[in-house]
Amino acid sequence: MVGTTGTDRAVTGRAARRNALAGVLLGLGVVAFADETVFHQLLHWHHFYDRAGSAAGLVSDGLFHAFGWAATVAALFLIAALRRDRAARPLRVVGGALAGGGAFQLYDGLVQHKLLGLHQIRYVPDVLVYDVVWNVLAAVLLVAGLVLLVRTRERGA
Amino acid sequence: MTGHELAGPVGAAAAGLYLAAVLGRPWPPARTACWLGGVAAAVLGASPTGHGDFRAHVAGHLLLGMLAPLLLVRAAPVTLALRTLPVGRARGLARLLRSAPARGLTHPVVAAVLDVGGLWVLLRTGLPAPADPVVHLLVAVHMLLAGALFAAALVSPDPAPHRARLGLRAAVLVAAVAAHDVLAKTVHADPPPGVPAAAARAGAELLYYGGLPVELALMVLLGAEWWARDRRAALRPARAASSS
Repeated sequence: MVGTTGTDRAVTGRAARRNALAGVLLGLGVVAFADETVFHQLLHWHHFYDRAGSAAGLVSDGLFHAFGWAATVAALFLIAALRRDRAARPLRVVGGALAGGGAFQLYDGLVQHKLLGLHQIRYVPDVLVYDVVWNVLAAVLLVAGLVLLVRTRERGA
Repeated sequence: MTGHELAGPVGAAAAGLYLAAVLGRPWPPARTACWLGGVAAAVLGASPTGHGDFRAHVAGHLLLGMLAPLLLVRAAPVTLALRTLPVGRARGLARLLRSAPARGLTHPVVAAVLDVGGLWVLLRTGLPAPADPVVHLLVAVHMLLAGALFAAALVSPDPAPHRARLGLRAAVLVAAVAAHDVLAKTVHADPPPGVPAAAARAGAELLYYGGLPVELALMVLLGAEWWARDRRAALRPARAASSS
């Protein structure tokens, strides 16, 4: 960085936004992917579709599955562009990823599982334990990510 | 003649025409490979599929309606035709592509509705196992053409004077993938008429997961387009500054 002219600040501002955005998209994608592979495919805790949920739940699930993949691809291209421009800030990307991943997991845990009744985390009598662990973990990730995002904000100028 | 019997000869003709046009001109081998792969996928997807087997029907859709169209579009057939055809006919083709109906059909939203909507109608009505060979042929042709329209609207390397903005194309892709997923889940829960429940579930999961590679390829192609454009934008001010 040479000086602090207006253009420089604009460029750094854009890079800061890009780092955060890349992280948020990556976090969304990773959580959606983990949900699909770990809970649906490997553990078979989640049901593919159990007809319990509403139509809204089904649409929400479809959109998130689709958006999860698109977010992953978009995040990888954003990171590639940041590295090309020598503007990558790994800590900020991690902050965004924790916030994005936590937010999506919280949405999945509260809105999709509970409000829309899409499917449960696991089909056991004491699902409440699973719900509490799932959502508390999500909230912790979200808060940690937000803290990191705030701390890696551009200072100065 | 049924669609099954037509697929082989039509495929051979399509491959032959493309190769004849490419012969003796500089042309990226990757595009030729895309065309041949696309033709092979289409012929395979249209070939006889053990009647009554719903999974085979879904596999046919993945090949004929998703993989083949993407590969054929990425082979840039319009560019090749414009370079190969005599000037008069090339102008005619260019005029046709600029016409209002062509513009309407290649709008991402229209193409997506024709493509995913067609599949929706097919699986949610009694059409999966049409007894009439003519209906079967029409369904197969619609699948291929609607798929090609959709792929062309999103990631065509051919000249497209009225291409939609990248953001709109990305949004349409996400919506179409979501609609495809929702369709798979409703098939899982409510088998199409005449399909046993177990076969419907197996077919639905194949539809859901089997479409993913093509969907990811579409996303990566859109991402690559953004990346290239962003690089050009990043280089522009630097060049302007150095020339001043």
